[in-house]
Formats: sequence, structure tokens, C-alpha cells
Amino acid sequence: MTAVELGQPSFGGGLDLVPTTDETQKAKDYTSDQEVRWCPGCGDYAVLASVRSFLPELGLKRENIVFVSGIGCSSRFPYYLDTYGMHSIHGRAPTIATGLAVTRPDLSVWVVTGDGDALSIGGNHLIHALRRNMNITILLFNNRIYGLTKGQYSPTSEVGKVTKSTPMGSVDAPFNPVSLALGAEATFVGRALDSDRKGLTEVLRQAAAHRGASLVEIFQDCPIFNDGSFDVLRKGDEVAERLIPLVDGEPIRFGNEGEYGVVRSASGGLEVARIADVGEDAVVTHRAGEEDPTQSFALSRLSDQDLTHTVTGIFRKVDRPTYDDGARGQVTAATEQAQQRGDNLQALLSGKDTWAVLPEPENEQ
Amino acid sequence: MSTDTAVGPPSREVRQTHRVVIRFAGDSGDGMQLTGDRFTSEAAAFGNDLATLPNFPAEIRAPAGTLPGVSSFQLHFADYDILTPGDRPDVLVAMNPAALKANIKDLPHGGMLIVNTDEFTKRNLAKVGYESNPLEDDSLEPYTTHHVAMATLTRGALEPTGMSKKDAERAKNMFALGLLSWMYHRGTEGTEQFLREKFAKKPELAEANILAFRAGWNYGETTESFAVTYEVAPARLAEGTYRQITGNLALAYGVVAAGQQSKLPVFLGTYPITPASDVLHELSKHKGMGVTTFQAEDEIAGIGAALGASFGGALGVTSTSGPGVALKSETIGLAVALELPLLILDVQRGGPSTGLPTKTEQADLLQAMYGRNGEAPVPIIAPQSPADCFDAALDAVRMALTYRTPVFLLSDGAIANGSEPWAIPDVADLPDLTTTFATEPNAPDGSGEFWPYLRDADTLARPWAIPGTAGLEHRIGGLEKADGRGTISYDPDNHDRMVRLRQAKIEGIEVPDLTVDDPDGDADVLVIGWGSSFGPIGAACRRVRAAGMSVAQAHLRHLNPMPSNLGDVLRSYRRVVVPEMNLGQLSMLLRAKFLVDAHSYTKVAGLPFQAEELAGVLTDAVKGDLPA
Repeated sequence: MTAVELGQPSFGGGLDLVPTTDETQKAKDYTSDQEVRWCPGCGDYAVLASVRSFLPELGLKRENIVFVSGIGCSSRFPYYLDTYGMHSIHGRAPTIATGLAVTRPDLSVWVVTGDGDALSIGGNHLIHALRRNMNITILLFNNRIYGLTKGQYSPTSEVGKVTKSTPMGSVDAPFNPVSLALGAEATFVGRALDSDRKGLTEVLRQAAAHRGASLVEIFQDCPIFNDGSFDVLRKGDEVAERLIPLVDGEPIRFGNEGEYGVVRSASGGLEVARIADVGEDAVVTHRAGEEDPTQSFALSRLSDQDLTHTVTGIFRKVDRPTYDDGARGQVTAATEQAQQRGDNLQALLSGKDTWAVLPEPENEQ
Repeated sequence: MSTDTAVGPPSREVRQTHRVVIRFAGDSGDGMQLTGDRFTSEAAAFGNDLATLPNFPAEIRAPAGTLPGVSSFQLHFADYDILTPGDRPDVLVAMNPAALKANIKDLPHGGMLIVNTDEFTKRNLAKVGYESNPLEDDSLEPYTTHHVAMATLTRGALEPTGMSKKDAERAKNMFALGLLSWMYHRGTEGTEQFLREKFAKKPELAEANILAFRAGWNYGETTESFAVTYEVAPARLAEGTYRQITGNLALAYGVVAAGQQSKLPVFLGTYPITPASDVLHELSKHKGMGVTTFQAEDEIAGIGAALGASFGGALGVTSTSGPGVALKSETIGLAVALELPLLILDVQRGGPSTGLPTKTEQADLLQAMYGRNGEAPVPIIAPQSPADCFDAALDAVRMALTYRTPVFLLSDGAIANGSEPWAIPDVADLPDLTTTFATEPNAPDGSGEFWPYLRDADTLARPWAIPGTAGLEHRIGGLEKADGRGTISYDPDNHDRMVRLRQAKIEGIEVPDLTVDDPDGDADVLVIGWGSSFGPIGAACRRVRAAGMSVAQAHLRHLNPMPSNLGDVLRSYRRVVVPEMNLGQLSMLLRAKFLVDAHSYTKVAGLPFQAEELAGVLTDAVKGDLPA
């Protein structure tokens, strides 16, 4: 088997080929006539509000935006946006989005999925969409529970979680979605809290602008089956000591007074330290655009299951050719060659080796 | 086509014959498929009618010299229109003891056997359980056996090239081809040209193979072993220009043509699986004709991407075999609910589970018909021969686009790899498959809204509104939708109505009436089949009629919906016989739907029916000897 140099097209922005409009848009323009049917207090409301108010900022023609979802509470999302949308089947939204993105470069394609949808039944499609670097933006709503099926543990539930299906506590080791995405060669990985509209919008903005697969993990509350699961990141005195916001190009510091920093650990990874103990120079600087994902991965490992620390912001943002640009490039090149050669369907069907059967002579037989 | 060598030596008897069946059998690594393919091309170029049956193991290289490693290629060529690759070979070429042991039972007494004696060593004989050498005992007495030391002769012919003995021996399949080409008065130029092209980058290999091929030809010419040569005149097929084509190639061409005729980009989302992978291989060559191929991470992703492409306005296609259909079932159900066009190519193979990947079977009918949750009707079309795959693909796309529905096309391993002459169609005569996308709001209440499930009164199809169309933004999904508006609906009456509407849409698909072939006009037995059994059933009917009995034949191309005259046809015969390569799936449908006492004759041996056995069944039916 041989490999060839593909001569992939140059990079651009994620929305470069999507038509824009000069008309001013408002959140209301993205609001469909469907009544929103999530439970009162569901974190999905906050995310929906953020997305509705963020989309006008893109200035795209509304008809060129498509939201595709799988199955689960969060996957009802497309019904509530007045764009094109498809509520598909459990775990398969990335596959639908893949076919759409490859054939329609003029569309802004979004996938809305949850921790069960993306990481359990759809885990295979998620990693392959990231590996291929499809030009799509994946919003992974992580509430660490199965909500729509009424409260079973999910692949992101903490070990020992007592649920309807695990009365003695779950024995599964959970996924860390950011680590998983980085391991799957994702070119853009971010994380935000549902209630942090500013932080979420900033991650969405950069995710949309990224050409390639963007994975945005959104921590989100399920008030019915996992109530208050992220409260320690929202309120109380400890919030600042738990949340580690990433700012590209800046030293990674946090705490009420910025008294904590992320530093290299003896094992080669990263750890949290008091700056007073280690000195300013020991604090590592965040570089989302670093080709080597090692530091981004180490940052993802700082997020503990018990939320002692949670890193938010953009972990990684690098350029790599996208599958859809590459596939279209081959079709375009082949089409040009075919036109130059004058290929046509008749010639294809006829092939090279043919023989003619002439009319039968009369009166024979 | 060269005719310079197509003349037998004058001292030999040249016998005219109407038809010949040759089977090349050897080890998986012996190049039997290539040899058979090449002889097929020569027969095609000569103008014979032909039909082929490749038969190979699922393992790429099973242990050399063993029975599981035997690969064979059967070719039937004739001077008239034939229907099958032939029941039994007239000539068996056996390259080793395993090939002899696996195939000799099919050679009729008096048949010609050509054996490569070099491989009949003690060790190779022991490998397949021969206690004594069949070339030396009397077990081959019933046959006209020719002992030819093909490896030795090939080695000798290639000596001047300086190739190693081992490499030289690998060309022995070309020696066999040369010998058979001589025996049947086939030219040498076509094959030599083919070898030069095939090994264009390794001219030394091309020359070696050509030397072996010529050595085989000359061996026939110069030795006294072969007293007779045979001529099979060109067949009187219908006027036209022909080429040889396999089912998978015809299927791929049908998809390319459907894209051109519908003016839609084609998107194939698929995952490699035997025996359907050649469809992917072929379509991946035709990017210049507007075809995008996507090799997905699994079967589910393949069809998911195809459906996504259909949502965006492309012609979504997925190709697979039975196990893949099982994985795709949920997405097919989604496509039924979304009412979007989608073509599902199922090249059936032996099941259940992994089953017999390289062998044929037609046991996916009920899976295609009912293999989904809920009431999820899907049209089904089945081609009856390799070349017919082209027309079937176009017809499948017609249904998919006109009625906005997924459509199953059921091919099978025998059709996929088998080949026959194909009267190349004139593109100008191909059906127009152009379709329209919705561009305007359509709400009947004048609200200016777009209702994605407002149906066409004739076809019951819904509008296809693709993203990018302003004003038609809408959401669709797997949840039940309100009739017309398409919004989520849990209303009981609405669900009942939508289930019936989806069913009515598929039942209302226009398909041609079933035609019955009853040349005598007085048959009281009807034999009805579907898919690849057309050839053996037709050949069986010819035999029965040649014996002075009457039998009517009909073949179902459309399995869902079935032709509207089918019930009348079935009820107008005293006896209905349904041969199938499954345990009676069509006969069950016919019995359930039409309350006819259809007699099911089934066989699931991984091989096509033989005309002889079916003729026996039909004869019994005509004579009233079939069990009730």
C-alpha cells in the first residue's frame, strides 16, 4: 500500500463558506414556536438562552444553520431553535452531521448531545468525528446522569453513584470528556458551565470560528435526578478556589486573590500549588495553540470527579485539515480532470471491451 | 479480437458445440479467479453468451493445499442465450489434490478432467485425506483425464527469464488458461494485451505470464494428448453493443447513472463488508462524476452519514450485506419517519450472523421487509441477474426520490460476483429522475408557514426542503409528527393516521404488473421466484418444456409493494411453486397475503440452485407428484 501527499486546502475559519446576512438578528429570530418542555430549573434552559442570544452575533443566514441532535433531554434542543434541525437517534448525531457537512460546505452544522448520547451509545461516532476533524461544532451537555430515562448513572457519573440502576453505587470508572476528546485528536476542546453565560458564549464563539471539529463540554444541572451536582462551582466561598479558568497566553492562576497557580509536577504532569510556595515563575502559561497536546491533556486531568478543581475555557485550538474540505477537494479535482478528459456517463457505461451483435439475417433459422 | 490463432490444427477433429461449462479450481493463491475472469473476457469478446460463478473461501489465504483453501471459478458460455453459470462442469481443471477432491463430485461421468500432476505429492495427498493417489488408482476412470505437469512445464518455459523456480511456477494458472484457450479456439492477443496492462509497472512479470500462457497454448497444439478441439460460435443475442459485467459493477454504475439522471450529487456512506465492498471500491473511482464516498467507522455511521447527506439534498446511498443491515435498522426506521430518500444496497450472503461471507443466499427478505421496530414499511426491489442490477438501481432511486423513502435493493453474492453480457444502454434512453425541492411556504391555512409533512395528493410524498432554503426552516426527527405540520405530536388519533399514511404511501408506489412466461399457454403450474434464482428457474422451465410439459414462470422484481395483479396471477394456477435460497420467506408472504397454497422449495447451501434439481421439482409439480 502506498500513501500520497494530499495537498490539502489551506485552513480558514469554521464559517468561511457559510453565507452571511446584513440583517440584524435577535435572539427572538432563533426562537421557534415550540413550547420548551424541559423540567423547571433544568440547566438546558440557560444553554438555550445563551445559544439563542449568541447565534445572531455570527451574522449567518439563519437558513444555513443546522442543529442535529441524538436522543436525551438535551437532544430536544433543535426543536426550540428556528433553524433547520434534526432530532435523530441515540448516539448517531455525529454521523448525520458528517454526511451533511461533507455535502454542504455552505452550512454551519452543530451537534447537540449529552453525556449518555455522546459518550455511551455514541462514543464511537464522537471519537471518529473528532479524529477526522469534521467541520462541525459539538455541544456536549454533561449532567452526569441519564435524565430522560429517569435517573440511571451515566459514563461521566462519579464512582459509587447511587442511582436507580446502581442501588449499591456504580462501579464504573467515568470518562473525562476533555481527556477523551484530546486523546481522539480533537483540534478544538473547550469547557464551560451552563450558568456562566459569558464564559460559555466565549467558548461558543471560538468554537464556531474554528475550522474543524470543536467539542464543547457544558456542565449542566439536572434538578430532578442529579440536583445541585455542580453547585460547588456556582456558589459559596470556594468557587474561586475550585474553578481554574484558562486564558490563552496567560499564566494559569486562580483563587480569590489569584493565590493559586498551575505548575509542573514531579511526575511530569501538572498540579496546583500556592504561588507563595513556588514563586511566580513556576506557574505555567496556557497555550491552546500548541501542537503538542501534552499540556492540554495534563490540564484536563486537573479536573477531579469531586470538583475539587475544574478547569474551564479553551484547552486546545489547533489547525489541521478537515475531512470535509479534503473529501470535497478530491471530488473537485476529479471533476476538473473528468471535464478536461471529456468523461461522460455513456463512456463509463461502455467501458473498453465491447462487442457488437448485429441484426439477425432474415430467413435464417 | 484477434483470429490469427483461432484455428485448430488440421490434423485434429474440430467439434462444434452449443455450450460448454468450464470450472477452474485450485488453491486460493493459484489465481483461479483471475484465470476464470480472463477466459470470460475472451468468451465475451468472441460474442458468446456467458454466465459465471466465482466460488471462493472467506479466508484471504487459507492454508495452502487444504480443502478450505480451494477457490474455483465456473464459466458457462454458449452460442445461444443462457440463464445460469451451469449446474455441472463439462471440463474441470484441477490445480491440486484439494481442488480435485472438492470438485470431482460435480463432474459428470465422461466429463473432461485436466489435472496439474505436479501438486500430487504424498504430502499434498495426505493433507486432503487421499489414501492413494487418484491419478494412479482407478478412481478417475469414469472421466477423460489429462495429466499435465503444469508447474514443470511452466518452469521450463520460463527458464530463459532467469526467474526462480518458485516465482516461475506461480504463472502456472496462465499455462492452464493458454491450454484451455487453445482447446476452445480462443485468440491469444487479448490475453497478452491484458497481461501487459495488468503488469505495466513490472514488465518482467508480464512477459513471464505471457510465456506461460503461450506455453499452455503450444502444449495443446504440439502434444498428442488432446484429440479434439471445440468451437462455440458467437451467440445470437438481441442486437446491440455488449460488455461483460458483474452485479456489483452494474450496481455501482446504476448509482452513478442515478446521480446523473437526477442531477443530484451522490453520497455513499458505507463500511467494508463482503460481498458488497466492490460497490464502494468502484464508486470511489467516480468522484469525477459527482460521487462522494465515505468509509465510515461502522455500518451505523455509514447509513447515518448517507441520511444526513439526503437531508442536505444529496442522493444518499449505503451499501452493505445482511449483518450490516441489522446494524443499520434503527437508522432505516429513522429514514422512514423522516421520509427522506435513501438507497440501501444489501448484497446478501449466507447467514445468520457472520455465516458464509463469500457464499450466496437470499435470506434477508424478511429482514428488509420487517426488520425494524414499529410499522416501518420500506419498498424492496431485487435484481434478477448481474446486468439487471443497473436497471434495478435506477428503479430503486426512482422510488426513493418520488416517494421520499428509504428503498431496499436486495442483490446477493451470486449476482454480485457473477457476470454476464450486458447490452450497454444508450444514456439518452435512461429514465429522467429529476426531482424538485420545496422553495415556498405551503401551509394551507395561509399562515405563510412551511409544513414539512403536508403530502402530495397523488404520491403521499412530503416536500423535500433542504437547509439553505430561506423561510422553510423546520425541525424533523424520530418522534411522531403531526400530520401536515410535522411538529411533535403524541395525539393517539394522529399516530394512527400517520402509521396508516406511511403504509399507504409505500403500498401506493407504482410498480409494473407481473408478467408470466407461459409459451404453451396451457400451464397449470406456476413457478415464481425472486432475485438471483431467475436464471436457474428459467433454465429449469426450459428443461421441463423441452420434455413436453407446460410450466409458467413469473419472477418478482418488486417485493414491496408487490405488483397489483400478483394475486390474480397466483390464483389462476392449480399449483404455485416457490423456490428460494432461504427457508420459504417469499412463500410465507404470498401465503399470508393471498391465501394461496404455495409450495415452498428451499435450499440454503451457499450456492445457486441447479437447473437440474429445479427441473425435477417442477416436473413433479406438473405430474401432481408434489407433496401437499
